[in-house]
Amino acid sequence: MKQLTEIRWHGRGGQGAKTAALLLADVAFNTGKHVQGFPEYGPERMGAPITAYDRISDEEIRVHSNIYEPDYVAVVDDTLLHSVDVTRGLKKDGAILINTEKSKEEILPLLNGYEGRVFTINAHKVCMATLGKYFPNTPMLAAMVKISGVMDEEVFLKEMEESLQHKFAKKPEVLEGNRKALQMALKEVV
Amino acid sequence: MPTKTRMSGNEAVAHAIKQINPDVMPAFPITPSTEIPQFVANMIANGEITTEFIPVESEHSSMSAAIGASAAGARTLTATSSCGLALMWEVLYVAASNRLPIAMAVANRGLTGPLNINAEHSDSMGARDSGWLQIYAENNQEVYDNFLQAYRIAEHKDVKLPIMVCQDGFITSHAVENITLWDDAPIKKFVGEYEPEHYLLREDETMAVGPYAVSNYCMEAKKAQAEAMKRAKKVILEVAKEFEAVTGRKYGFFEEYKLEDAEYAVVAIGSVCGTAKDAIDALRKDGVKAGLLKIRVFRPFPAEEIAAALKHCKAIAILDRAESYSGNGGPLGAEVTAALYRAKCTAETVNMVYGLSGRDVRVEDMEKVYEDLQKLAAGTISYPEYPYIGLRD
Repeated sequence: MKQLTEIRWHGRGGQGAKTAALLLADVAFNTGKHVQGFPEYGPERMGAPITAYDRISDEEIRVHSNIYEPDYVAVVDDTLLHSVDVTRGLKKDGAILINTEKSKEEILPLLNGYEGRVFTINAHKVCMATLGKYFPNTPMLAAMVKISGVMDEEVFLKEMEESLQHKFAKKPEVLEGNRKALQMALKEVV
Repeated sequence: MPTKTRMSGNEAVAHAIKQINPDVMPAFPITPSTEIPQFVANMIANGEITTEFIPVESEHSSMSAAIGASAAGARTLTATSSCGLALMWEVLYVAASNRLPIAMAVANRGLTGPLNINAEHSDSMGARDSGWLQIYAENNQEVYDNFLQAYRIAEHKDVKLPIMVCQDGFITSHAVENITLWDDAPIKKFVGEYEPEHYLLREDETMAVGPYAVSNYCMEAKKAQAEAMKRAKKVILEVAKEFEAVTGRKYGFFEEYKLEDAEYAVVAIGSVCGTAKDAIDALRKDGVKAGLLKIRVFRPFPAEEIAAALKHCKAIAILDRAESYSGNGGPLGAEVTAALYRAKCTAETVNMVYGLSGRDVRVEDMEKVYEDLQKLAAGTISYPEYPYIGLRD
């Protein structure tokens, strides 16, 4: 992995794009990295487009600006493809990850001719099969780890296990579903 | 052993509060500082601290309740942003003139209008003449460290003034970054217990707080208050030295980054300074002698020290994240320029306004500032008016 990885998340308020960005910063921190995870808010309301960012580095991060030329982009809601220029500034040797129930062929024409790698995941399918409820940030997080290679998948699963145990200490019944969602997402991203 | 972890600026302030365990916190929520009373309320509910939380119906009331609690003898704090701070206006002066060492965590956000929730310094800069001490942070580590030092400065017998501990709303208040947390025991020892000399609940001393004063006495009271602000300078440095002995982290009135031999310097406050440092490192590789003076303490204003640190520069850009609507630049620009003039500094200066309502500033923007400074020093550019950074046509 190169020294600094920059990731931009696009979602809608309430979908967990900010949470996914902060979770990624969390697990990356646990593997010894310097991290920065932060949201950019427009109007504070459910459903409005929001952006969140991650910087993951081997060195101290001092810059406090948004990310304009990301290595990776994650799109939590495919309806954003019609209104937000999600590939703007995205590096050609990077990749974009889109949560969609559509096929990659249907998605490609909506990416403004982006020449880098394109990945899709059906987070809805993953969530319904494992959690029974739609929380797209969990599978999106796993898929982003896979496509970006910011950390080893085994290390990621181990770190997530610890953080899930902590987070759901009072709700152990949801642990297994989250575990399965992460594992399934790692396989489902194409 | 200090703990290396990651958290947001608001969490960092809440952790400092947890370690200090102050007596009373009246607060009213306002973005982006809302999380601070929220975290504190959680810590109280979980039995982690014994602070008395007072829910109030407005910021005027939160500051009024803080004044009451502090006058009674309690170590008191609150948190706010933007319009919340503006609503406290009247009572900010009451807190300062009654010499009440209240600590206030400020997540800086612009004042309305247009209505916006993002980072700007117009809220605390507007309160710069209210008699409060003001300390600013570049990142989560600094706002944590500053809060831990706040009561030591504010409560010092030579000072006895309230203190604002400021950070940039969202940019650091909501950004999760690496941070080192200090152990509870040495921090508790460093902060110490609050033992006020005079307070309302003291049985053996009757006193009045905030009475009317006739003109024969008022001016002397104000002068005494101004003297306390001046004395705070010495105390701030002493407290910083002690803090360094405990944590190894160095603080002063300001941070000098590659300033010693700099020909072109930026003076700024807050999170933009980290972005400036990245620009400086890039420019230095190309042989440009760029440097930064990052203001930590704005009140009291360390005028002589700032001028001495900048005197050798060829050109200086003073950056304001607040518009004064004076037609003459921003507050930091006015004060730094006056300080340089008094010190007979002959460097070219320009006051720039940036980042209003959270307008983003990139490393490239800062590089452009240093480019402009080189032109200013060479006399190939002049500024009949103070410029804005990143303004759209």
